Amino acid sequence: MTLAAGCRQAESGPRCGGLRQRRPRRPAGEQSRPAPPPRAWAPLEAPVGVWAPLASVTLLSFASRFYRLSEPPHVCWDETHFGKMGSYYINRTFFFDVHPPLGKMLIGLAGYLSGYNGTFPFQKPGDRYEHHNYIGMRGFCAFLGSCLVPFAYLIVLELSKSLSAALLAASILIFDTGCITLSQYILLDPILMFFLMGAVLSMVKYNSCADRPFSAPWWFWLSLTGVNLAGAIGVKFVGLFVVLLVGLNTVYDLWELLGDLSLSLVTLGKHLLARVFCLILLPLALYTAQFAVHFAVLNKSGPGDGFFSSAFQSRLIGNNLHNVSVPEHLAYGSVITMKNLRMAGGYLHSHWHLYPEGVGARQQQVTAYLHKDLNNLWVIKKHDSNTDHLDPSCSVEFVRHGDVIRLEHKETSRNLHSHQHEAPMTRKHFQVTGYGINGTGDANDFWRIEVVGRKAGKRIKVLRSQIRLTHLATGCILGSSGKTLPKWGWEQVEVTCTPYVKETPNALWNVEDHINPKLPNISLDVLKPSFPEILLESHMVMIRGNSGLKPKENEVTSKPWHWPINYQGLRFSGVNETDYRVYLLGNPVVWWLNLVTIGLYLLMATCAIVAIKRGVQLTVEFKELSEVLLHSGGKIMLGWLLHYLPFFMMGRVLYFHHYFPAMLFSSMLTGITWDTLLKFCAGCLSCSVGKRVYTYGTLALMLLIVYRHDGRQRTLQLLPLPFTCKIIPRYISLPCYATGFVIGLAY
Amino acid sequence: MNVPVWSLRLLPALTGALCVPLAYQILVELHFSHCAAFGAALLILFENSLITQSRLMLLESVLIFFILLAILSYLKFYNLQKCSPFTAGWWFWLLLTGVACSCAVGVKYMGLFTYMLLLAIAGVHSWHLIGDQTLSNVSVLCHLLARGIALVVVPVAMYLSFFYVHLTLLYRSGPHDQIMTSAFQASLEGGLARITQGQPLEVAYGSQITLRNVLGKPVPCWLHSHKNTYPIRYENGRGSSHQQQVTCYPFKDVNNWWIVKDPGMQQLVVSNPPRPVRHGHIVQLVHGITTRYLNTHDVAAPLSPHSQEISCYVDYNISMPAQNLWRVEIVNRESDTDVWKTILSEVRFVHVNTSAVLKLSGASLPEWGYRQLEIIGEKLSKGYHQSMLWNVEEHRYGKSQEQKEREVELHSPTQADISKNLSFMARFTELQWKILTLKNEDTEHKYSSSPLDWITMDTNIAYWFHPISGAQIHLIGNVLTWASANVATLVYVCLFLWYLLRRRRKICDIPEDAWRLWVSAGGLCVGGWAVNYLPFFMMEKTLFLYHYLPALTFQILLIPVVLQHLTDHLCRSQLPKNAFSALMVAWFSSVYLVYRTFSPLTYGEPTLSAAELRALRWKDSWDILIRKH
Repeated sequence: MTLAAGCRQAESGPRCGGLRQRRPRRPAGEQSRPAPPPRAWAPLEAPVGVWAPLASVTLLSFASRFYRLSEPPHVCWDETHFGKMGSYYINRTFFFDVHPPLGKMLIGLAGYLSGYNGTFPFQKPGDRYEHHNYIGMRGFCAFLGSCLVPFAYLIVLELSKSLSAALLAASILIFDTGCITLSQYILLDPILMFFLMGAVLSMVKYNSCADRPFSAPWWFWLSLTGVNLAGAIGVKFVGLFVVLLVGLNTVYDLWELLGDLSLSLVTLGKHLLARVFCLILLPLALYTAQFAVHFAVLNKSGPGDGFFSSAFQSRLIGNNLHNVSVPEHLAYGSVITMKNLRMAGGYLHSHWHLYPEGVGARQQQVTAYLHKDLNNLWVIKKHDSNTDHLDPSCSVEFVRHGDVIRLEHKETSRNLHSHQHEAPMTRKHFQVTGYGINGTGDANDFWRIEVVGRKAGKRIKVLRSQIRLTHLATGCILGSSGKTLPKWGWEQVEVTCTPYVKETPNALWNVEDHINPKLPNISLDVLKPSFPEILLESHMVMIRGNSGLKPKENEVTSKPWHWPINYQGLRFSGVNETDYRVYLLGNPVVWWLNLVTIGLYLLMATCAIVAIKRGVQLTVEFKELSEVLLHSGGKIMLGWLLHYLPFFMMGRVLYFHHYFPAMLFSSMLTGITWDTLLKFCAGCLSCSVGKRVYTYGTLALMLLIVYRHDGRQRTLQLLPLPFTCKIIPRYISLPCYATGFVIGLAY
Repeated sequence: MNVPVWSLRLLPALTGALCVPLAYQILVELHFSHCAAFGAALLILFENSLITQSRLMLLESVLIFFILLAILSYLKFYNLQKCSPFTAGWWFWLLLTGVACSCAVGVKYMGLFTYMLLLAIAGVHSWHLIGDQTLSNVSVLCHLLARGIALVVVPVAMYLSFFYVHLTLLYRSGPHDQIMTSAFQASLEGGLARITQGQPLEVAYGSQITLRNVLGKPVPCWLHSHKNTYPIRYENGRGSSHQQQVTCYPFKDVNNWWIVKDPGMQQLVVSNPPRPVRHGHIVQLVHGITTRYLNTHDVAAPLSPHSQEISCYVDYNISMPAQNLWRVEIVNRESDTDVWKTILSEVRFVHVNTSAVLKLSGASLPEWGYRQLEIIGEKLSKGYHQSMLWNVEEHRYGKSQEQKEREVELHSPTQADISKNLSFMARFTELQWKILTLKNEDTEHKYSSSPLDWITMDTNIAYWFHPISGAQIHLIGNVLTWASANVATLVYVCLFLWYLLRRRRKICDIPEDAWRLWVSAGGLCVGGWAVNYLPFFMMEKTLFLYHYLPALTFQILLIPVVLQHLTDHLCRSQLPKNAFSALMVAWFSSVYLVYRTFSPLTYGEPTLSAAELRALRWKDSWDILIRKH
């Protein structure tokens, strides 16, 4: 049908775009171009030709993603995290996660709207949902996952202006088992990919509107790009890659505009400002707004408290710092916890374990620990006497700025101690240990306590005073280096005594808990942190959390090079033979076709670019083909590279599903490349033969994908997998053949 | 001691000295004036850090020499390209570029960065060549081929030959043998080869073997057992089977010997003819000294509670039956009937009852296990990991049925009859892989620093300290040069962007020639600085200030480039030009003064007093050693 429509059509209407990305402005007389000659393939314009395939593609996509959504009725893989975090939003308890909040907030919202009450504990994969309503959350993710296919269709259509390329890309995604599996569960990936593809789609659309800048559609797509960028980066930090893609595209765009001497500097400034506003300020504002909602919703104390500073915790209802009432001034005999002031700093901590041999002196470890724990408690003692200040006969004596004190660890009765041995990680600093028996140590246990910005003799306040502890014998300052200790230190954070006297938060502490029965409790209106402070702090904590996700020794981890070759999948559910088993694995034909296509694309692009550089005379058709190949294909290729290569440099634990954003780009590239190749072949041959080659080639590719989708069962067993698996039953085979047939008929 | 210090230090000093004329030549070849070239040479000459580094037996100055040589020869080649391609001189400089590049990479892997930069520059130039439509297709192809051979094939071939020489020269076993695999070690004369030479190749029932873990991390070790049992209760209260410990032991020991036994037969000697063990066969492993069977069962391992404990079975009669059958799986087999071979075969042991795999967990046991490494049975074996693979290192056919005789046999050294030679390529790939992946355990050093400290030189390295006089040598740069180099880089980048944007609007501030010069010189210097500096931000190894020296050299070369550009194009009239020249003289004198000031720390003489040293501590973060008296 499209073919006939295309042969008849003469001139494109005033739609956004046209065959070229951007047309330089022309005098009005040249506005109407001569009609392009009829070709073997059809640039489609007729409304039915656009909508019918789109509708069928969308329908198929939804059908495949929603099929048997409720199975298995137990927690699968990372549902245990993200489902749990969705519940936290419903229960409004504070938690900590390494990803930004948007994705989990949306999951929580979906659960809330669909009647899930947030009571299911999501303890471990394999737990049965029983009566809990989990379909809403899965349905939401599946909905977003289903949108990927029409998005891909529209992107490829916009970039290549070729219906068959768009259909090819869409069918690849419809029939890819990996994309289906990843869309069916409560995960962040479908949400991330939705925003990612949305950003690319709106970017492509606004590029097509470049001939009518500052028109309504132009503004619409530009700002929609910004909105989607905010969404992508708000779900996972991997969204940064698509920000980079859009950024590079915008820079290229501006560069072209700059070279257009017909534009005045004022217009250029307007262009620049519009982009700054829509692509930088708008996403930033939205991103910040997500966090504002996040903090507003999570106002109860929960499992994530200890990762944050004392001031931050005082916001949370139920935290022991909320509306706190403690003795205000430190006195001798007080039991305290000390928190490091650096972002995501821990509590001063000690435990019975000793430093191992070869790491300084073999004395008790002192570390910084992020969680609340009894081992975080320390008692303030006078340096020269071991009297029990809590004895009722003693009078209360306050600790003052400049006093020399001794800190005794409550559980082990060892003193905070330092000496001129190298610290375990930061070799330039001194080691800090726990030393002495029942509070009797030596002169290396004495510390001078000072408050920043106070005069000598003043009392020391809980929470508000920023305390510095100076080691009396060596003059070094107690601090936390922020480095994680190896296994012997339980992967807690290193505490050192730094000889470099610098004013950094690393070397400052505040007193958080304070217990002294002899002093009256005073309600402290703690300085509430401002929103920018909370925002900054939560980001620091997230970044530290992300870099802490290191693979363990000897653990078998997924390597980036495994991914495009579909080397090994990810088990979603089912450990034993009997369970309902779900295994995340791409459709091998699709993935290997994608892999081959990347090579093919590079070859074709090189040939095209060298031919142009050597000044080979090309016909108009080939020129347009190479334009599509280099420009549109180049954008998609760049997207693939940006979403794939950075993983080679990442130190954190990687999983197979990290490849899926790149896989989307790779699939779109496959559509564009094969379409171009077939058109090229068709163009070389005579008109009728060429038409046939083109049609049959496209058909053959699609049927291959569909066929293999059905033949998956056998293919998988040929793969070098640790175990064979039933992914999803062969339910789609029938509709697949039906679609294949319909698409065939279309030609 | 009788070490020929002078001659060993000669090469670095010589190459360090040659860097000065090279810098001069490079600027000349970049079409800058002799004045600018002279300035560049002076700056390199008065750079304290480069002097210190080249006076000791260190590799950096050699590396910098080869980098500069490669750049110079490429520039010479490129300048010849326009007038006389394919002449002798053209070939000479082109080939010298490739040779110098491979030498630079051969000295230190950092050379790779500059090599990549040169390849990129050559790529851009070739691209222009392709676009040159006055050349015929054939001549373009010839040009590209010549570049490909000289800049890719020759360096790679040379690099391989370095390793060939290295491996031929170092054919004896040495202190770092155990880093390599058994097969590699067996190809070295002495060491393992002495022991393994002439052992029987095929493992048979009744063979006495030692099993080495293929991973070799955290240390290379052998499967081991000893009389002691697991403690009944661990510190954390969990219980154990209380059977004989099985560990991985990093030293040669008689307790590392195991005997391969056929489950269907009683005898522990090799029959005549020997019956070889093949892939898929089921065996029992008997510990040679204690004659207990390697066993695993559903008891949590001491440190990895998710895995099974491995023990040597002791029958306590407590309804805990022996489960000691293991299936041999040769991972690197060619067919499914492969025979288990000494050294060559990498084997997995899969427990028959529980399908757990014998694995080195990498954790070291507490006191009761003598800090040896823990061995576990991993149930969910995801893929192949080297910690699950074992190879037979020492091997002989057991002859003695009686336990007493066998102990004597086990204590005696093995004897020999085959020798194995790995191909050069196999040895090369293994060595290369180990070089690139071997991590030093030391995460931080007293003088290690982060790349961010280098730009502003917030750190230094003390190389030597005389314990009595207090004379000392530090790696510390010429502060003024470093600061000026940073300023020059900043000025260059800003001016470059300014020109670029203006040119896009068709406003040309400087003539076309000057622009091309500006781009090529800047591309080389700023590019060289960036490729030699920025990658360090992504490295996780211990870094030192001297890693910055190659980048610094490029940055220094940029200073005269920027200065000359400023005099030529921004000072239009005579008066500012004169003022500028006067400033130049003053500036160069201060560079010299700073060099003089810090030279006691560069040369280690004269000895300075504590007060003088304190005065030299211009930055608080510098670690200058001052004795307390």
